[in-house]
Amino acid sequence: MAAAEIARQVGEGCRTVPLSGHVGFDSLPDQLVNKSVNHGFCFNILCVGETGLGKSTLMDTLFNTKFEGETASHSQPGVQLKSSTYDLQESNVGLKLTVVGTVGFGDQINKEDSYKPIVEFIDAQFEAYLQEELKIKRVLHNFHDSRIHACLYFIAPTGHSLKSLDLVTMKKLDSKVNIIPIIAKSDAISKSELTKFKIKITSELVSNGVQIYQFPTDDESVAEINGTMNAHLPFAVIGSTEELKIGNKMMKARQYPWGTVQVENEAHCDFVKLREMLIRVNMEDLREQTHTRHYELYRRCKLEEMGFKDTDPDSKPFSLQETYEAKRNEFLGELQKKEEEMRQMFVQRVKEKEAELKEAEKELHEKFDRLKKLHQDEKKKLEDKKKSLDDEVNAFKQRKTAAELLQSQAQQAGGSQTLKREKERKN
Amino acid sequence: MEGELVQPAPEETPRDANPANVGLELFGYVGIEAVLDQMRIKTMKTGFEFNLMVVGQSGLGKSTMVNTLFKSKVSRKPTGPGYEERIPKTVQLQSITHVIEEKGVKMKLTVTDTPGFGDQINNENCWDPIIKYINEQYEKYLREEILISRKRKIPDTRVHSCVYFVPPTGHWLRPLDLEFMRRLSKIVNMVPVIAKADTLTLEERAEFKKRVRGLGRESVYPQEDFDDNSDDRILNNKIRDKIPFAVVGADKEHQVNGKRILGRKTKWGIIEVENPAHCEFPLLRDLLIRSHLQDLKDITHNVHYESYRMQRLNESNRLALSPINGLLGKDEVESDL
Repeated sequence: MAAAEIARQVGEGCRTVPLSGHVGFDSLPDQLVNKSVNHGFCFNILCVGETGLGKSTLMDTLFNTKFEGETASHSQPGVQLKSSTYDLQESNVGLKLTVVGTVGFGDQINKEDSYKPIVEFIDAQFEAYLQEELKIKRVLHNFHDSRIHACLYFIAPTGHSLKSLDLVTMKKLDSKVNIIPIIAKSDAISKSELTKFKIKITSELVSNGVQIYQFPTDDESVAEINGTMNAHLPFAVIGSTEELKIGNKMMKARQYPWGTVQVENEAHCDFVKLREMLIRVNMEDLREQTHTRHYELYRRCKLEEMGFKDTDPDSKPFSLQETYEAKRNEFLGELQKKEEEMRQMFVQRVKEKEAELKEAEKELHEKFDRLKKLHQDEKKKLEDKKKSLDDEVNAFKQRKTAAELLQSQAQQAGGSQTLKREKERKN
Repeated sequence: MEGELVQPAPEETPRDANPANVGLELFGYVGIEAVLDQMRIKTMKTGFEFNLMVVGQSGLGKSTMVNTLFKSKVSRKPTGPGYEERIPKTVQLQSITHVIEEKGVKMKLTVTDTPGFGDQINNENCWDPIIKYINEQYEKYLREEILISRKRKIPDTRVHSCVYFVPPTGHWLRPLDLEFMRRLSKIVNMVPVIAKADTLTLEERAEFKKRVRGLGRESVYPQEDFDDNSDDRILNNKIRDKIPFAVVGADKEHQVNGKRILGRKTKWGIIEVENPAHCEFPLLRDLLIRSHLQDLKDITHNVHYESYRMQRLNESNRLALSPINGLLGKDEVESDL
């Protein structure tokens, strides 16, 4: 059966040749596995659910460890995603686990946009991978793959049906990520209610066309177990990190006054099934589905949106290159046009400013002239005055000299007269 | 803004130092290592592909060697009477594909033969058709990779390894050999072997290897730059010390000590192909198939194909004036495709 698949891929002209001895390439899967072990694995889980449904506790229980983080409050203004990366090691296998949780999901009064941050986050991870893949110089095999491989959707244990928020969010996410719905805190539901609840949920999902992740049933070794598990979806889980002594063993459990709920007891909840499916049986398949289906879909949509398309098969290669060139020319043309416009505007403004400045200059000149004229008038007046003053001074001087002369004459005359009188007297 | 994510917790950095307690401690068995089995099952289902190219002058035993390697009549050489093997006038490339299966592992093996290489009087540029062929395979893969709707599994026809047959002159490498190895080791994993090594005695063999080893050591497979860790380095150093392998090919079985063994029967004895004391064929087989096959494919994909892709995308982008970052929103992307 598997040979048929190879033969299909191969095409004509390929025959199977029998081997006459041991060649040794049966070690190929081991070589591949060893290389992967050296390289390490990475797995990214997204937990979507309302606050208080036990997302962090479930992660702790699933991976048997204590992830750090504080509990979220209910008063978040919007939905945010908190992502943390951990390095887990089990025997020789190293796993880089990234757990992303929603904070504040379902807490707002208006929940219309609650799904948007989640979708944006998932798209951002795809985008990062796409960017790396499109680079010229790239290091894909060392790239830290942050694409979400599995999304655990936590359903509140109301016992009735899915909330409309759940339906809307799941519908938006089903083409982008592998969704595994689980019923959280399922110790709040009794067994009979649980079966009814599960049936209701599955029928609602089907009637709304939500495609949740189906465990693959095409490989014989896991077909059977996956098939039965598919029937148990959504899993009803309980998370607990407390260990209690039950019988003579320590087990993870939750204690109530009326009894103890054991997490790993299949009769109590489906936790064991979830762990089996998520980690032990299908981790690789989840990663592969993310890469081959969801990522390819995203890539196709994104590239088509950017304007690239595959032309018919016998066109020149790098039709993307041509489209790209065309786009770039278009872009450059636009750029040039904008530049021209800006230049025109600039020139205009300059002209205006120049005119203004010229006006101002002219005014200043006029003012200067006026002032100068005023100044000259003043000067002239002053000179006139000075002249007249000078004239007066001269006139005064003349009169003074004339007066002095008269005086001296008068004195002389008087003196001579006195002399004459004295002479007469003497005589 | 909504949807902002907090930077990943820095827990990983300090814990990397202690490998026994990397990351977080697991309180119990989780089952992460089951992913190895899952991977194994998946790869066995999809099967493997391996493309080998053999290059060398005619008469050096290339087809016999391939048959010996894969223990089956992969290369058919008609040996009926009256059939004359005609040496082609130019280098031709013939690819034959077979599917072989062993213990549930299916492999699609493609062997590319190069009759006519080095057989003419004037052998200038006889490597050109080979280089062209190898680049064509890279081109095919590249074209598939940049399609918008890609196939689930891109058919891989790229040459993963090129085995070059050096004639056992016992002196030096000829200029043709040097030229060829120099040019091709840049684009493909090159494994040189000394063909028909049963004409050399052990001392002659050691002499020849010593002379040959100094020239062009750095570029043959396994390349020193790609050793991942110290274990790999030790292993690869051992291999590098023995390159080029002195091999003998045989596809006939003979009776030796009551067992049927592949070998060449001569008047003075039987050369056992799989006996490490007689020739180094087991080393070649181990290198190519048992231990380094996946590594050959990985280096072809991660190194040679990437450098081809980079070169190709850069040259079709020579007209680029400046990085356009409007389309993809990243400054470093000089161009996309």
